[in-house]
Amino acid sequence: MSEFVRNIRLWFAPERLRDEGGTPDYRFSLANERTFLAWLRTALALIGGGFAVDQFLPDLRRAWRVGLALALLAAGVLCALRAVNHWVRCERAMRRGEDLPASRFPVLLSLVVAVVAVAMVLVVLVGWEG
Amino acid sequence: MSAGEAGAGRDPGLQPERTRLAWRRTTLSAAVAAVLAVRAALHGGASAGAVVLGALCCGLFLAFLRVAHLRIHALAAGTPPPALAPRRATAAVLCAVAMAVCAAALVL
Repeated sequence: MSEFVRNIRLWFAPERLRDEGGTPDYRFSLANERTFLAWLRTALALIGGGFAVDQFLPDLRRAWRVGLALALLAAGVLCALRAVNHWVRCERAMRRGEDLPASRFPVLLSLVVAVVAVAMVLVVLVGWEG
Repeated sequence: MSAGEAGAGRDPGLQPERTRLAWRRTTLSAAVAAVLAVRAALHGGASAGAVVLGALCCGLFLAFLRVAHLRIHALAAGTPPPALAPRRATAAVLCAVAMAVCAAALVL
């Protein structure tokens, strides 16, 4: 957990990140930046999905609608925060010449999306009114 | 390896271009989320609170647009392109998180 807090400090302080190791090939930094942006797009898509569930399924029972929307929005928030954290960790690993950090997050996100998808299928099969 | 050695004599290829387009795509995603937010705010009576939240989402989109614009300008400034500042990355992420918070408030 303290590792995470230290990373949060790095989110805001470019000087501290630059203090560590050497500057990597800027093409690697740009690739890392694009990966970060791809995760951020995923987060924005999840947030958009949350809006969409709320608006385009008006016949759904309210509890289901709000629950699914909040699940997607929470996944979006987690995905966005994790995107910047992973970007900082990768950038630091490249500066230090270490291996890139491994991550369980893609598995976690896949499971959440799968659960939401199964919930949608159930809702459709059981009927809109539940 | 110093920054000069890392940057000099290397062909940037299309890397800055690809990164610029990635920022554009991400801005477009933020625009879609903002449009959905406005739709949610205006749908179903358009109460004052909902309209404020919708306007807030538009403001967050503009903030994101500004971050992307500054970054794209920095990328075009020259070779080697400067690295992304963590503060800027965090600002972009906080825009997305704040949009999600507005969305949760609109849904509830």
